[in-house]
Amino acid sequence: MKKLISTAFAAFSLFCLSTAALAAPPIKIGALFAVTGPASFLGEPERNTAQMVVDEINKAGGVKGRKLELIVYDTGGDATKAVQLANKLIKNDNVVAIIGPSTTGDTMAVAPVADKAGIPLVSCAAGSKITDPVRKNVFKTAQNDALAVARIYEQLKKEKKSKVAILSVSDGFGSSGREQLKAQAAAYGIQIVSDDTFGPKDTDMTAQLTKIRGSHAQAVICWGTNPGPAVVARNAKQLGLAIPLYMSHGVSSKKFIELAGDAAEGIRLPSGKVLVADLLPKNDKQKASLLAFIKDYQSHFKAEGDHFGGHAWDAVMLLKGAIEKGGDTPAGIRNALESTRNFAGIGGVFNYSAKDHAGLTKDAFTLVEIKKKDWVLVK
Amino acid sequence: MELFQQITQFVISGLATGAIYALIGLSFAIIFNSTGIINFAQGEFVMLGGVMTIFSLNVLHLPLIAAIAVAVAATTVVGVVFERLAIRPLKNATPLALIIITIGASILIRGVVMLVWGKDTQALPAFSGNDPISVVGATLLPQHLWIFGVTVLVIVGCRLFFHHTISGKAMRACSFNRRAANLVGISVGRMVLFSFVISAAVGSLAGVIIAPLTMTAYDVGVMLGLKGFCAAIMGGMGSGLGTVLGGLILGTLESLGAGLISSGYKDAIAFFILLLILFIRPQGLFKKGETERV
Amino acid sequence: MKSDKLKFLAFCLVVLLAPLPLAGGYLTNVLIFVGINGVLALGLNLLLGYAGQISLGQAAFFGLGAYGSGVLTTTYAMNPWLAMAVVAVCVAAFAFALGFPVLRLKGHYLAMATLGVGVIANIAFNETVDLTGGPSGLSGIPNLSIGGLIFDTDLKNYYLVWSFALVMIFLSLNLVNSRFGRGLRAIHDSEVAARVMGVNARLMKVQVFTLSAFISAIAGSLYCHVMTFISPTSFSFHVSVELLTMIVIGGLGSVYGSILGALLLTLLPEMLRTFHDYDIVVYGMLLISMTIYMPGGLVAGIPALFRRLLPARGSNA
Repeated sequence: MKKLISTAFAAFSLFCLSTAALAAPPIKIGALFAVTGPASFLGEPERNTAQMVVDEINKAGGVKGRKLELIVYDTGGDATKAVQLANKLIKNDNVVAIIGPSTTGDTMAVAPVADKAGIPLVSCAAGSKITDPVRKNVFKTAQNDALAVARIYEQLKKEKKSKVAILSVSDGFGSSGREQLKAQAAAYGIQIVSDDTFGPKDTDMTAQLTKIRGSHAQAVICWGTNPGPAVVARNAKQLGLAIPLYMSHGVSSKKFIELAGDAAEGIRLPSGKVLVADLLPKNDKQKASLLAFIKDYQSHFKAEGDHFGGHAWDAVMLLKGAIEKGGDTPAGIRNALESTRNFAGIGGVFNYSAKDHAGLTKDAFTLVEIKKKDWVLVK
Repeated sequence: MELFQQITQFVISGLATGAIYALIGLSFAIIFNSTGIINFAQGEFVMLGGVMTIFSLNVLHLPLIAAIAVAVAATTVVGVVFERLAIRPLKNATPLALIIITIGASILIRGVVMLVWGKDTQALPAFSGNDPISVVGATLLPQHLWIFGVTVLVIVGCRLFFHHTISGKAMRACSFNRRAANLVGISVGRMVLFSFVISAAVGSLAGVIIAPLTMTAYDVGVMLGLKGFCAAIMGGMGSGLGTVLGGLILGTLESLGAGLISSGYKDAIAFFILLLILFIRPQGLFKKGETERV
Repeated sequence: MKSDKLKFLAFCLVVLLAPLPLAGGYLTNVLIFVGINGVLALGLNLLLGYAGQISLGQAAFFGLGAYGSGVLTTTYAMNPWLAMAVVAVCVAAFAFALGFPVLRLKGHYLAMATLGVGVIANIAFNETVDLTGGPSGLSGIPNLSIGGLIFDTDLKNYYLVWSFALVMIFLSLNLVNSRFGRGLRAIHDSEVAARVMGVNARLMKVQVFTLSAFISAIAGSLYCHVMTFISPTSFSFHVSVELLTMIVIGGLGSVYGSILGALLLTLLPEMLRTFHDYDIVVYGMLLISMTIYMPGGLVAGIPALFRRLLPARGSNA
């Protein structure tokens, strides 16, 4: 305990010294990530990435000669806490913009607070609801679920498969995906023959898959985040399910392949381009950003950068661009953000406008298949 | 015919899940019976079993058997430390204080594991391959057989221990009447410690054998603990066959509920039936009623 | 009796003045949630601290209150005050019906049954997507208002929530010193003895369970109008456990203890934030050590500590 306090104290004094050495006061940016709790698989890479990018910007001289200061709080995936912390960032820390929160639930809770205070919020969550309808000060970097669904349905249509079974996790991510899967089915001539869910901590999904096996579905689409989908993949193999299995972008990291093991073979999923950066053609606009992000993350954290971290990368870089263009006031940043065009980040090429605060098209997703424990592009 | 085949699959999958609940339920009941404590940190023992096995395999590079032994031993040590530091200092504690303490311990253990091993989910390789086995039209994995096997072994072991050894009988005596047990010369304190040892060992063993199927992470203990608690209550909090049946029934109900009624409400169905059981037979399914002493 | 009134008046004064030094900072916002948690803890304390009946499912009633108000005021555009009253009465009626079978159970069986009710309610919030919005939550809930006064800032919400809290505290203080309150304590000590003395134990337990659900539902309604957004994670098992912890730390069977516990546990994460990821460990250690070294909660523990310290100081002087 004592040691902890003394290290904390040492770190704090070091921090005071380093800030005191600077002439101009730093520009404060707040961040709310679910670093602990059930959504920590989002919050942790997001926090790591955001801190990494900010450090790097500062090392390179900051933004217009001023350093950035990132203040990160952990929401634990709890909406009440997220609201309290957003208030703290706005009222006590006087930040000019906020990155995050990590989950759609937290974002929906925080959005009215940020909007009322006129502080731009760049969310890292995927739910379409966040920017539809558009709120003046709320933006997002994570690709909408709607785009991922469209990508899968397009492929199914191409293969002339019209009957699908959906299996989604009963949390914010799963229910938002399920909503989109149902809403877009008709447009692609797809019929949903079975609609099941599983709990985020469930350990056996054979019951749902057995039901799907008896439903004449031609493909299964599973919408969830680890570890549920890995269990689904294993159970599907156990039951000898012969139809193709599609996953969501929620599992697009090497972790999924590791967890599902042999059962991952042949599974397809829509993913941000970060997974397949080295396979992209040279003229791809995002390629430079993607390779830089992967290299940085690897050297800092000895781990593979995933697209969750990418959401935070995009958020910091978008804010950096907006501060360069619009100054250091919340209103200036907001206006500059809204006029961002052709920003090639990790999640895709962003084009914000007054009517679109999500900024991406379905080109942001590529469809990949797992072969020999690695990703290949589906043509 | 197709429906029949589906139902066999539901039942078999349910029994496999139920066996896990039964094991965890047993470890609940062992502590409860000798101390009257509902140990809300029981799920953390299960988690520790899985996490430590993976740690011993991947970091210490031990062979599987040794890794399991290390994990079970280490969890047992945690159980002992927990009893010594958090349970023993309390004299004449109310049941409520004990509930809060065990909740505190569960948060603490979870937090330490999260800090030491991180938040990632990890998978343990299956003990004997992943090739499905076909049983009356339903499929099972070899790992499920391991689970059934270990469950049977643990039940038999418990039975032998509690009915045929001096220590086991002494522990049962404590559960019937602590003061009387003390008067005939049984060291109640030692029996309490003993129950924590056995319970931690059984819990961690459950965690080890399910890790290849369900994977493990610092936070898997909560849900598993809850289900094990549920199984133990259904069986009337006995450390024998009642709890095992409770677990198997719970697992089967969940699986049938998910397959035939609604997957979203599967836990709700299980808990609803639990409530009905409590309302109709408050002493559990398989236990004779007791009269309350004033 | 007179000192009790003075104590309450002093407490009112503290509540009235507390936000002034904070000058609209974010702590005012935290204090709003202290108020809501305080009301919830008070509800649970009446049940557990006075009548000795454990509940691990308080979050169910809290959630029913929040979702009831949320759905009625958004989808059905009902007046928020009317909705609050309707929902509170409905939740109380539900608790009354549920109370008869549930409160026949004792000890850990009661804990399990109430926990089951909590789990089922949480699943229902998650699964009734058309009504509640499911896991992605329900947004666009209006703020409360009286005439032209809209409760849309932290300061206004603070006074709103705390006026409810003060009314509840006042009523609870009167209740526990009444014949009913004495009956409850008799049940706590020995139900059989209470029954022999002519206390209708069964009915009284159900009544206090109903009251506790009613209070929780009101807290839920307030919460949804303050937050303007609700999602099922705010009404999970974890919340029930947190409430339990609040009253154990604050003081079982003490009205002010409930508030003190709520204050500490709501502020604690704020204070622990300096520890970053370590806060969960510190939280666990605090729970254990508090229960071991201050079994009566802070309300009993602090005066005891003073008594132990003061004579020592006296002898030195």
